[in-house]
Amino acid sequence: MQEFPEVLLDARLWQIVVLSLQVSLSAVALAACAGLPLGAALAVGRFPGRDALIVVLNALMGLPPVVVGLFVYLALSRAGPMGALGLLFTPGAMVIAQTILILPIIAALSRQAVEDAWREYDEQLRSLGARGLRAALTVLWDIRFSLLTSVLAGLGRASAEVGAVMIVGGNIEGVTRVMTTAIALETSKGDLPLALGLGLVLMTIVLVLNAAAYLVKEAAQRRYG
Amino acid sequence: MILPLALRAVSFRDIIKPLSLEIEAGPSTIILGANGAGKSVLMRLMHGLLAPSSGTISWLRPGRHAMVFQRPVMLRRSALANVAYALRLAGADEALAMDALEEVGLAHLADRPARVLSGGEQQRLALARAWALHPEVLFLDEPTANLDPSATREIETIIRAFDAAGTKIVMATHNLGQARRLGDEVIYLHQGRVVERAPVDQFFARPASAEAAAFIKGELPWVS
Amino acid sequence: MGFLTKMACVLLLALPAYAQQRYITVASTTSTEQSGFFRHLLPIFEKKTGIQVRVVALGTGQALDMGKRGDADVALVHDEVAEKRLLAEGFFVERREVMYNDFIIVGPKSDPARAGGRDAVAALITIAEKRAPFASRGDRSGTHAAELRLWKEAGIDPSQARGSWYRETGSGMGPTLNTASGMDAYALTDRGTWLSFKNRGELGIVVQGDKRLFNPYGAMLVNPAKHRHVKKAEGMAFIHWLTSAEGQRAIAAFKIDGEQVFFPKE
Repeated sequence: MQEFPEVLLDARLWQIVVLSLQVSLSAVALAACAGLPLGAALAVGRFPGRDALIVVLNALMGLPPVVVGLFVYLALSRAGPMGALGLLFTPGAMVIAQTILILPIIAALSRQAVEDAWREYDEQLRSLGARGLRAALTVLWDIRFSLLTSVLAGLGRASAEVGAVMIVGGNIEGVTRVMTTAIALETSKGDLPLALGLGLVLMTIVLVLNAAAYLVKEAAQRRYG
Repeated sequence: MILPLALRAVSFRDIIKPLSLEIEAGPSTIILGANGAGKSVLMRLMHGLLAPSSGTISWLRPGRHAMVFQRPVMLRRSALANVAYALRLAGADEALAMDALEEVGLAHLADRPARVLSGGEQQRLALARAWALHPEVLFLDEPTANLDPSATREIETIIRAFDAAGTKIVMATHNLGQARRLGDEVIYLHQGRVVERAPVDQFFARPASAEAAAFIKGELPWVS
Repeated sequence: MGFLTKMACVLLLALPAYAQQRYITVASTTSTEQSGFFRHLLPIFEKKTGIQVRVVALGTGQALDMGKRGDADVALVHDEVAEKRLLAEGFFVERREVMYNDFIIVGPKSDPARAGGRDAVAALITIAEKRAPFASRGDRSGTHAAELRLWKEAGIDPSQARGSWYRETGSGMGPTLNTASGMDAYALTDRGTWLSFKNRGELGIVVQGDKRLFNPYGAMLVNPAKHRHVKKAEGMAFIHWLTSAEGQRAIAAFKIDGEQVFFPKE
């Protein structure tokens, strides 16, 4: 790569940016599809071991990315159980690893949000005949704009991590190189100004995404009350 | 016909002491009592939102009964969608939602987000939602406690219309004037016990129990 | 719902781009990747054959492990001893010698240990005597293996000094050079990484030209008998091209600041 800021004109940089967004946004979408209903069910359900499960889920928010990467690598390696899928060193493997990483974050935060809202909705929904999972999903959809915060937390974690995508992606130029692994590479090559510049680009993009989400949330709250 | 509803030796923690009563079809029943007497808990026990600590609560047959709360809880959707949601839960035709809105005079606000409606409008919407499925019994827990007089009048008009259409009304209230306007019989609750039960005129003119008399006096100081 | 539709589009866009093209996975070393060598070399091969070469750059030890596990098709590394051993053990086949370059010892330009010259082993002896800081990769890479061979020839066991003047970073050449630069330490590095390394600080070349610093690179195919999914035809096409006249010319043409970095195997 060239010096910063000339690199901003390099098509390779924008290919890396697009790939980073594809991987992290895909992971967020998948983790939200699974994690939001899981959090809602956990908030509303009552079963033995519920408290232990909540504690474990909260603890999993701190999963080290490099550990997740290692597990997924061992699973997807040709020598591993799912090697036949040939997913190692592809963007798909990176999406899988990041989804696993941020699923606990989204589930734990949505559980808290639904549990807080549940106090308001519980009686009314039961009176109308909505019970269990049906009621939980109704609350989940009703508080969808405040859930944006937990989704953004997941996105932040995914776009910031380097340990998982490095191990399962291999940082292959043009194929699995994302912003964070590119920054790690330039740093190890001793090109610190370029690495810093790439870091600034990454943080700007994340800032823009957060600002957009904030505006959506504000507009929706004004509209729906 | 799901009535009568029979409560036998029903208690709830130390709020409701073991009591037995029957709610019959026909007359509008008002549950009266001071704060903390247990009105809200009794209503919730009858509607099935709480399980009794002891005793049994049985309807003649399983059927539909609905409840309107002091503070209505609306979903973040349009007024029409809130009613449609209730219909969908029951497996009924969602097209009936508009009829229900017309019954309470909210048809012109059908597409407005429910949470931006005024307090009185939201309570009317709650009535529409509760009534859309034509329940045999409608429980109301202090439905106008948070509303101004004109909104209160609108709600009472709707309740009277539902009563006239044949729905059994069971309503807890603080408002003695409202009790006289809407009620046919009064159940007076004092510290978790049913202390008196009488037709409404008789209750106010000649309260049989000392507690009821004191209550009426406290609420209406000019009655001697 | 519009947001969800956009998400679905993003997901779909990700999939086709990587599914279609023919490609091989090559496990190689950080020294070849970080110098920019592959960025120069691979487009020539891809244009000629239409085969995309995906390089996963790790240390030599890890690259060979990848081959053993079957997670790569070809390994291109620089540890002749390890390569030949794994060849004999049947994990790889079709080894070819591809190119060579040399190692150099870098260190503070002021050379406090008086290690400068053309004798690598003598340099290490004086560095150890003077207890001058030395940054080692410590990561089973080809460079690390070469470094350990030199210490052995000098009759010194640097692991005794682990934690005092002998610092093992456990990482690639770049991070190790970063550490050496930050500590004003000596280090063994390949010339290619050094030429493209930008954070030199006070470091300069201290020892070069010793025959013992010769650093040959070899390419091997992962044994298809052990791993049936290995892309044998495309992998061999790459290995043959590397050793062909055209490939060797392309290797020699790679320059950093006008200096040739890798030399074709004669």
